[in-house]
Amino acid sequence: MSGIGISRRGLLVSASALGTTAALSACGAKTGSGTSSAAGAEADTSGDTVKVGLLNSLSGTMAISEVTVHNALLLAVKEINAAGGVLGKKLKPISQDGASDWPTFAEKAEALITDDRVVATFGCWTSASRKAVKPVFERYKSLLFYPVQYEGLEQSPYIFYIGATTNQQIVPALDYLKKQGLTRLYLVGSDYVFPRTANKIIKAYAEAQGMKVVGEDYAPLGSTEFSTIVNKVKDAGADAVFNTLNGDSNVAFFKEYKSAGLTAKSLPVLSVSIAEEEVKSIGTQYLEGQLTAWNYYETTPGAANTKFVAAYQAAYGKDKPTSDPMEAAYISVYLWKEMVEKAGSFDVAKVKKASGGIELDAPEGKVTVDGATQHVYKTARIGRVGSDGLIEEIWNSGKPIKPDPYLKGYDWAAGLS
Amino acid sequence: MTVILNQSFTGISIGAVLLLIALGLTLTFGQMGVINMAHGEFIMAGAYTTYVLQKSISGAGVSLLLALPLAFLVAGAMGALLEWLLIRRLYTRPLDTLLVTWGVSLMLQQLARDVFGAPNVQTRAPDLLTGNISVGGITFANNRLFILGLALLCVLGLTLIMRTTPLGRRIRAVVQNRDLAEVSGIATQRVDRTTFFIGSGLAGVAGVALTLVGPIGPTMGTNYIVDAFLVVVVGGVAQLKGAVITAFALGVLQSVLEYSTTVSVAKVIVLVAIVAFLQWRPQGLYTLRTRSLA
Repeated sequence: MSGIGISRRGLLVSASALGTTAALSACGAKTGSGTSSAAGAEADTSGDTVKVGLLNSLSGTMAISEVTVHNALLLAVKEINAAGGVLGKKLKPISQDGASDWPTFAEKAEALITDDRVVATFGCWTSASRKAVKPVFERYKSLLFYPVQYEGLEQSPYIFYIGATTNQQIVPALDYLKKQGLTRLYLVGSDYVFPRTANKIIKAYAEAQGMKVVGEDYAPLGSTEFSTIVNKVKDAGADAVFNTLNGDSNVAFFKEYKSAGLTAKSLPVLSVSIAEEEVKSIGTQYLEGQLTAWNYYETTPGAANTKFVAAYQAAYGKDKPTSDPMEAAYISVYLWKEMVEKAGSFDVAKVKKASGGIELDAPEGKVTVDGATQHVYKTARIGRVGSDGLIEEIWNSGKPIKPDPYLKGYDWAAGLS
Repeated sequence: MTVILNQSFTGISIGAVLLLIALGLTLTFGQMGVINMAHGEFIMAGAYTTYVLQKSISGAGVSLLLALPLAFLVAGAMGALLEWLLIRRLYTRPLDTLLVTWGVSLMLQQLARDVFGAPNVQTRAPDLLTGNISVGGITFANNRLFILGLALLCVLGLTLIMRTTPLGRRIRAVVQNRDLAEVSGIATQRVDRTTFFIGSGLAGVAGVALTLVGPIGPTMGTNYIVDAFLVVVVGGVAQLKGAVITAFALGVLQSVLEYSTTVSVAKVIVLVAIVAFLQWRPQGLYTLRTRSLA
């Protein structure tokens, strides 16, 4: 269960069994009890430094994925400080461990806001943790920058969504498949909120666009028995598989896929939660040639990315890959910096007001903040896994796509939200 | 028709995996009445043994073949140690073995996390085992055939030990009446430890097989432990044939239901069927008088 790159949607996995362990290892952190007066929640900007909160799972089942995001956040903070800070003040990162436990996330968020009086918080990965901290940030009117692509259908005045929403990842992926003439889809996913929501969107899209969903299967989280699902996929006469499986299950699925004689040529699989880190651990021989949909790859061309990859590997090790959520985390700090400087103040209301139209030459290409939704314009990218384990881009949307978390711009999505 | 045949093979191959993971438990739980929650971690130990071997030996095929006996020894030794340290003090209290071994299982998981890291790892399967054989439209995945063969081999070996060797006779004697065995001059404690060694070793072998189908990780054992207990309980706390029949029956039932419904629905139906079955036959398919659970 606790696997390689469990994806953010992740994993209630083993919530029951591991929850206890995770809670035990969430040691020694203070909670925000008793200081919830509005005055105590005011960010402290009086000194030479301002505190920023980093809220990630540094222990527990999600740590594998979230530690990489935490690393990317620290890198951004370090770089910004080296360049003189924000509004003349250095940033002091305060790391809190969400410990892969959603109530802990809420507690730690409150501690960051009320005890440390941070000016903004960066982090969270699973949708479950985001949903848990959302009311906290709304209550204290404090900002959270969320770095992972997610299932959409959400908006909060105090969250900036720096990862992709569905119309920047799933919809372009479907468009790509359709253009390749792959119109009969088989949906395979983990039995959990992200795949179910994503597949609802995919089915609505398919119905409207003349594609056909020939089968749909969900495996319990952490499941490693895929022989029957693969048989069903084989018998269904599909052109392609749309894969929303989480973490570990991907290993078993792709092993079974290969054993059954299915290949990227005969029946391609498009995955939305397998990034460089996961490719490395599942094994290139099982994934070579298969497709993924993201906004960023380690191989994405451009000076900004060359710099990012070099800086990351200099800080954390030559063999460490960069991935989409890490890149989004990295740029989220820079985007916040731009907002603050445009506002000329750390004040949340002023920062929010200044956010619209903020641009950045990011490693993934140009990104622009959409003030109305507090999401980001992002370029969609389809990649193919190469024999070296890196993902090479084979298509992109050409220009950044306007974020549309509720899919309002799509007639076929009318009944979804 | 091919669909039915394909699904039957899938069912049999799921059954083979179930059988392999449950085989050790039929000894330790079925025969000795020890509820060993750390059985899953012995499976994990077998899987990591394969991983370590593959890291140190380059050939995937060689390391897999070497891993089979080595995993048996590693997991078996861990089992014997557990028996010697803790379980032998608890033979009269089967429920306490559950709690104690649950604690051991958590510790072993954390140990694996410290030694091998939290992220799951993979082994490379030998090329021979990644392909498949197609006969008249039916696809036999090579790794599944290998696991099936391995399971049958283990059953055969275990049957031979239990039926024909002095050790097997002694085990059966202790299971049937410990006191009488003791006064007949059988060193029951040594028999216990040997039984536990073999049962745990078989978990290690199962772990080697599982590296061919899925990831290796600190918590992989927890994925399988429930299934293993199901097989043993439904099979009846007795000889091997209960486990063999149950494993294959559950495998085929699961795969047929999965094909016609969904994975989750199939799991629910199988569990409901098991509950209903146990209402009708609380003692399972086959029974034998044992010390604690008759």
